Amino acid sequence: MIDISLGHYLFLGAIIFTIGIVGIFLNRKNVIVLLMSIELILISANINLVAFSVYLQDIVGQVFTMFVLTVAAGEAAIGLAILVVFFRNKGSIHVEDINTLKG
Amino acid sequence: MLAHALIFYLFSFIAISSSLAVISSKNTVHAVFFLILDFVSISCLFIMMGAEYLGMLTLIVYVGAVAVLFLFVVMMLNVNFKDLRTGFLSYLPFGLLIGIVIIIELGMMIGTWKYKDSFIKTSEIKISSKVSNTEALGNVLYTDFIHYFQISGIILLVAMIGAILLTFRQKENLKRQDITKQVSRERDDGVSLEEVESFKGVKLND
Repeated sequence: MIDISLGHYLFLGAIIFTIGIVGIFLNRKNVIVLLMSIELILISANINLVAFSVYLQDIVGQVFTMFVLTVAAGEAAIGLAILVVFFRNKGSIHVEDINTLKG
Repeated sequence: MLAHALIFYLFSFIAISSSLAVISSKNTVHAVFFLILDFVSISCLFIMMGAEYLGMLTLIVYVGAVAVLFLFVVMMLNVNFKDLRTGFLSYLPFGLLIGIVIIIELGMMIGTWKYKDSFIKTSEIKISSKVSNTEALGNVLYTDFIHYFQISGIILLVAMIGAILLTFRQKENLKRQDITKQVSRERDDGVSLEEVESFKGVKLND
């Protein structure tokens, strides 16, 4: 317990990943919280990458974490932009209304 | 060692409880604030692990950009977030079941998995203790990973252009500059000479 090892960080990542998944299940209607749950999942993946990088003394994991960070930022920007456009057209952000977008 | 363990447990407790608050808080603005707290504590954990640069980058990118973007959007959209919570309790049993199954599976995997010795040998770029974390990252980022770095730059560019294109609205009745029209404007287009008779005035048509 006192000696913090790789397993502790991996388990922390697993817990946050699970919370993100459960958040997607619980907030089926609120797209903003859905996007925040996706951010939680991405950062739990980052915790795993950094933990392995430090444990194996290999810098590649940290480089990869930077790329995950880049993709997360881009994804959040695009997702929120889509949400804003959807709100302008529909006047709501209900997930149920999004199925009217299909052609 | 004890202090290290205590700080780890403190930060992970804050991270886990704030991420629970993100998915369960009634007010979405509060959820964004808990998301910020979550990112801050996770970046502290990164710094604790010895990845200082990534800890700072997480602070800048997630707290400074992503969370503020979320906050902008939450405050900009005039949505009744109370309505969006209907059905929260009906999804709760199923969501908790899935969550428990996932955490048991991941816990079993983490608890029982042992690394092969050859797995450690496959890693090639070692962290040397001579240079700092930032310097070590910079050494590989602009040499071995230059193509990946440039591709991530292109991803950011595409995301930026896409976000602008999606949200940009062309307003009507907006006077814009038209260089050719302005330069090719003749004197007769703007000026007209009128003969004004006394006591009659002049009627200008514009």
